Order: sequence, then C-alpha cells, then structure tokens
Amino acid sequence: MEPALIIEWVIKSAILLLFGVTGFAYLTLYERRALARIQVRIGPNRAGPFGILQPVADGIKLIFNQELIPATADKVLFVLAPIITVLPALIIWAVIPWGRQVIIGGREINLYLSNANVGVLYLTAVASIAVYGIVIAGWSSNNKYALLGGLRSSAQMVSYELALGISFIGPIMLAGSMSLVDIVEAQSKVWYIVPQFLAFLIFMMAGLAEINRAPFDMPEAEQELTAGYHAEYSGMKFALFFMAEYIKMIAIAAIGVTLFLGGYRIPFIDIPPAIEPLVFFIKILILLFVIIWVRATFPRFRYDRLMAFGWKILLPLSLANVFITAVILVFRG
Amino acid sequence: MVQLQEVTLDELKHLVSDRAIQGDTMLLNMGPQHPSTHGVLRLMLELDGETIINCVPDIGFLHTGIEKNMEAKRYEQAEVMTDRLDYLNTVGNNLAFCLAVEKLVDLDVPPRAQVIRVILTELQRIASHLVWLGTQSLDLAAMSMFLYCFREREIILDILELVSGQRMMTTYIRPGGLWRDVPEDFYDAVQDFLEMFPKRIEQYHGLLTKNPLFVDRTKGIGVISGEDAVAWGLTGPTLRGSGVAFDNRKARPYSGYENYDFEVPVRNEGDVFARYICRMDEFWESLSIIEQGMEKLRELDGAPIRSNNRKFVPPPRSELGTSMEALIHHFKLWTDGFDAPAEYVYMPVSSPRGELGVYLEGDGGNKPYRVHWRTPSFIHLQALPVMSTGLLVADLVAIIGSIDIVLGDSDR
Repeated sequence: MEPALIIEWVIKSAILLLFGVTGFAYLTLYERRALARIQVRIGPNRAGPFGILQPVADGIKLIFNQELIPATADKVLFVLAPIITVLPALIIWAVIPWGRQVIIGGREINLYLSNANVGVLYLTAVASIAVYGIVIAGWSSNNKYALLGGLRSSAQMVSYELALGISFIGPIMLAGSMSLVDIVEAQSKVWYIVPQFLAFLIFMMAGLAEINRAPFDMPEAEQELTAGYHAEYSGMKFALFFMAEYIKMIAIAAIGVTLFLGGYRIPFIDIPPAIEPLVFFIKILILLFVIIWVRATFPRFRYDRLMAFGWKILLPLSLANVFITAVILVFRG
Repeated sequence: MVQLQEVTLDELKHLVSDRAIQGDTMLLNMGPQHPSTHGVLRLMLELDGETIINCVPDIGFLHTGIEKNMEAKRYEQAEVMTDRLDYLNTVGNNLAFCLAVEKLVDLDVPPRAQVIRVILTELQRIASHLVWLGTQSLDLAAMSMFLYCFREREIILDILELVSGQRMMTTYIRPGGLWRDVPEDFYDAVQDFLEMFPKRIEQYHGLLTKNPLFVDRTKGIGVISGEDAVAWGLTGPTLRGSGVAFDNRKARPYSGYENYDFEVPVRNEGDVFARYICRMDEFWESLSIIEQGMEKLRELDGAPIRSNNRKFVPPPRSELGTSMEALIHHFKLWTDGFDAPAEYVYMPVSSPRGELGVYLEGDGGNKPYRVHWRTPSFIHLQALPVMSTGLLVADLVAIIGSIDIVLGDSDR
C-alpha cells in the first residue's frame, strides 16, 4: 500500500472527525436558535455575532466543570460508558459519501473514506453499538432514574433498530447495491423519497427513536426521569453523551439524505464535484431543521405506546413496504 | 415548644405494600426538586417496573406560616399576605379574604367596585389557566406551548400592573372596595386582549386537542368518578371533569356573579383530557364574563369604588384638608385599623383551581383570632394516589399537571 494513500485516509478521517465534533457544537447552536424562533424567543445571541461563539463558551465551561463520580457508582463502567456511546457516532461517518472525486494537486481524491460494498450493513451494525453505552451508563450510575432511563432506551433502541434496518432495504433493492455511493448514483434521475415514501417516513420515525430525539426521547424524558441515563454525569463526560446524541442526529440526517434525498446529487443537473459536499451539507441542514421542528411541536410518546407503535405498526409496515417493492421489481423485470 | 418525634421504620410500613418490604418493588423518591412536581412537592413512589403501585404525596416544603402570621396582623395588613398563598391567583385570594372580612363586619361594596373585582378575577383566572396549560403541556413535553402561554399571560400581568402597580402581588382589592379606580388605559388594554385571545385559544386547540399524541397521552388517564371526586372533596375543573356541575360562582354567587350570563363547562369522562377540555372551555366563559363586565363598567363610569362606611374604609385624601372627621377616621384607620366582632365566617369563592374558602374568626379586636384557608391544591393532592395507582410514571406527571396544584396554595 502506498504511503500517500494512508496519508490521504488519515487526512480525510481527521476532517470527518473535526466535522463531527464542530458539527455537534454548531448543531446545538442551530437547534437553540431555531427552537427559539419557533417559540417566540430570541435564543443565544450574546457570544459573538448571532451567538456563533456560544458553543465555544459552552465547551470551555464543560471542560472546566468539576467531574463528579457518585460514590456508589461502578467507576470503570461509569467512565467507559460515554466513550462507548460517542465512538459509534463518530465512526459511522466512514461510509457516508460527500461527493465523487476531486482532483487536488494532480491526485484524484474520493470524497468518501470508504466505498464499502456492505455500507448499509455497516451503518446498522455501528448504530446498534451505542445502546451498550447507554445501558452501561444507566446501570453504573447506581441511580434509579438513570436505571429506568437505561432500561427504557435499550428496549426502545432494540425495537426500532429492526424497523430502521428494514426501511433501508427499499433503496437497496431499487439501487441493486449496498454501497452508499452506488445508491446515490442510482438516484441521479429521481430521488428515492418518491418511490419509497413510506420507507422514508418509517426511516424518519425509527431514526428519531434510534437517536432518542423528541417525540421519542423517552430515555431522557426530563419531565419524568429528570435526565434519564445521564442524570449522574457532569462535565466532559456529560458532554460526550450530548455529543453522541447530536452527532448521531447529523448522521441520521446524512443517512436520510444519502438513501432518500439523492445524497450529493441534484437530479438531471451535473454539478461540478467540488461543490457536491456543499449540496450534501445543505440537504443535511434542511433535514435537521425538520428534526428540530418535530421537537418543538410534538408531545412525547408514552413508553408502552412507543413499544406498541414500534412492534405493531412500524415493523409490519416496513415489511409490507419491502414486500410490495419486491413484487413490483419482479414484475417490471 | 415543639416536640420533635423520631419516627421508626415500623411506623412508616403501612405506607408501602408488603411486596416493597420483600424487595419485589422499587421505591422511588420523586421530588421535591423534580421538575414536574410544579414546585416543591415530594412523592414517594412504589414502582413495579414503571407501574405505580403506591404513591404517597409529601407536602410542606413551601410552608410559609402565613395562616398563623395573619393572626398577628390587622385585617388590612393580613390581606397583603394573601397574595403570597396561591401566587397564580393573587387577585382571587385578595377577593376571598376581603369578602370574608366584609361578611364579618357587614360592609357594603359599591357596584362599580364589584364589577372591577369580577373583571380582574376572571382575567386572573385566564392567567392561571394559561400557566396550567403551559405546564401541563410541558409535562407532556410539548415545550413550545409553554412559551406561547406565558406570552399571553404576560399581557394579563401587564393589565394587572396597569391597575395596581404590581404584576403579581397586587393587593388591589381592599375591604369595602378597591385601592383606587382603574386608569383610563384599562379599557383599551382589556379590549385588545379580548380581541386577541380567541384566536390564540384556537391555536392551542390546533396544537394540542387536534394532536393525536396529546390525546393519546391524556384520554383515559387518571380517571376519577363523580362520586369519588365529591367524596375526596375535589372542586373546580377537577370536579367538573368528572361530571359534577358545581361552581361557587353559580351555587353561592358573590360579587354580583348572579348578574352575568355564563355556563359552567362539564365533562363526564373524569380523565386528564376531560379536565383539560373543561379548563379550555372556561377560557371562553371567562372571556364572556369579562366582556359583560366591561359593558357594565362603562355604564357605571364615575361611580364610587369604595364603601362610604368611614368606620372601615379610609376617606379619600381630598377630604383630609377640609373635614375634621375625615382626618380622625384616617388617623384611626391607618394606626389602629378596625375592630371586628367575635364571630366567625366562612367565605367560599371559586378560584381557578376550585373552591377557595376563607374561615375567618374575629375576637372583637383589630386582628383576626384565627384564619384558615380551605385551599383546593391541598385537597386535590390527597386524591393523587387514587388517580395514579396502576398507571405509569409518565401518566403520573400528566395527572399532577391536570389537577393544577400550586404548592404555595397547599402549604400555608
């Protein structure tokens, strides 16, 4: 393997990680400003113009926060849990394509880290690791609220993963490939949201449940469980949970854009590869706004209803969607 | 000297089931710093998974000693403390106390003052219901509603500030009438509110009543039958949600409520959703009462707003320079107050939460011998275990919101 390729990978990984971490910071600002607009408030606007330094201030504050570990907590697991939660959120970015190739200094560079031929499987596999972090956090805190939050979230994530995974199958069948690059290229004429609208809805709902966002934010449910699994966490360890949640939010938006909204492409127009990441980014921003909008509008599901909804409605629907898609594909040859 | 008694575990065992002692169930301490307990309520929950087996409310964290303090204050001084009881129904508390004092000393109130009293208490009722609606929605995680409700409440608080100089602690209603007449801007301010608010109620319905998630979280939750509700002493919208049409404004009218045309909204289901609809409908009734009141107020323009009984009500300042008698009354009332007979009265009014009753006993002097407040929050909290047993923790939060407790009202 040539050294230049390794250097290229290292640089691309570093950029993706930096994007994840800054993206998290600025997503909090984006969310706070957007929510404030919806809720007739102003939102953070003191630190820097339009409050763009607010995430920096928050970060500094969190770094210097005192780290408390409860005396009765299981210390090893307690420290391990945020790390287990945040890692999958970061490595999920490896297979998501930002564009095709650009030529920098005579060298052709792919705008993705890996075009794995099982990209979609990788997504589902990595996404399901995070649940361990949350269960361990809830258990090791030795706090009843945290325990309830951890239990809720493990049940929720396990049940919604199924519907989420099955909703991926529609686009896979249409594209005839599991590679995310191929799926995006197959959408050069029509976005898969059109033939696979039901799958898109299922994906959005299951995705929101998977990342514990409103209206499925049962594990944290501040009104009932006061914060759920991260009730006992403070300082940077708390920030890691927060980071994981927000990076996963971006990741879900990115996956949604890739699978259903044409990824980095605009239909019928061949845009220069250099601005493809920008197109992708704008689409992510729009999808993120939808997620924030949902949070501002809906009350929370009740826990038992959530499970019933997942198993009795979403799962059969997603299976039916796969079946119908398959039948249509077979008949059209 | 208060004797501190040590409580042994055996004495508390009756509060939990046998299964808890064997370790089958989990005891969860909810509050007093929990965000959904609307202040400083503490609940001891016994949970089987997330199902509530038993719920023991523990109150007293906001105890102010106001009832006892009132015995050391003259009647007109004690009134200032009534604002601090139920801090969402300040005008209503003033009204209840003043009505009790007026009943005790047999004092008349001029019609214009009565109309203004009704308008302000109804405005306050809307403001209190807005806080309830906001917090109830917030408990169910519909967070935007909370801010919309507080936006509207702010307008009502501005009106209260306009008339009394204070947003919340108004002490505007005084025994025998009011502190002073409403300013000229009051008419327009109330009119603007009357025009703006109906559209906002429709928006609330759009966000909540038509939202399947909200209906799912509230329908069939926290059911209490009409008989049980009466037996537990529930009043107000909490009782009316269970199909009992009882309201002190209709049953025992005060301040001229018998002259207003309004309905008492009733629902039969007895669940959180029924109580929600009852309160939402009360918005319309309150608006209608305010509208009728404003009409009456315009007719009574320039009429007196205080009783002419100089033994209880201080004379206007303008008379002090010309009338010796007025000066004597002024001096007497502001230094010594007025005496009330050694009798007792009970004055129930309809607060936004339910029946707010003032028991007032005089001893012939200028201070009450005993004041007791029959407050709806305190009584509604007793019924909480009945409503919540067998449901989930998430439902408990919805039920606490639906009985609309104010801890300042409960701990006196």
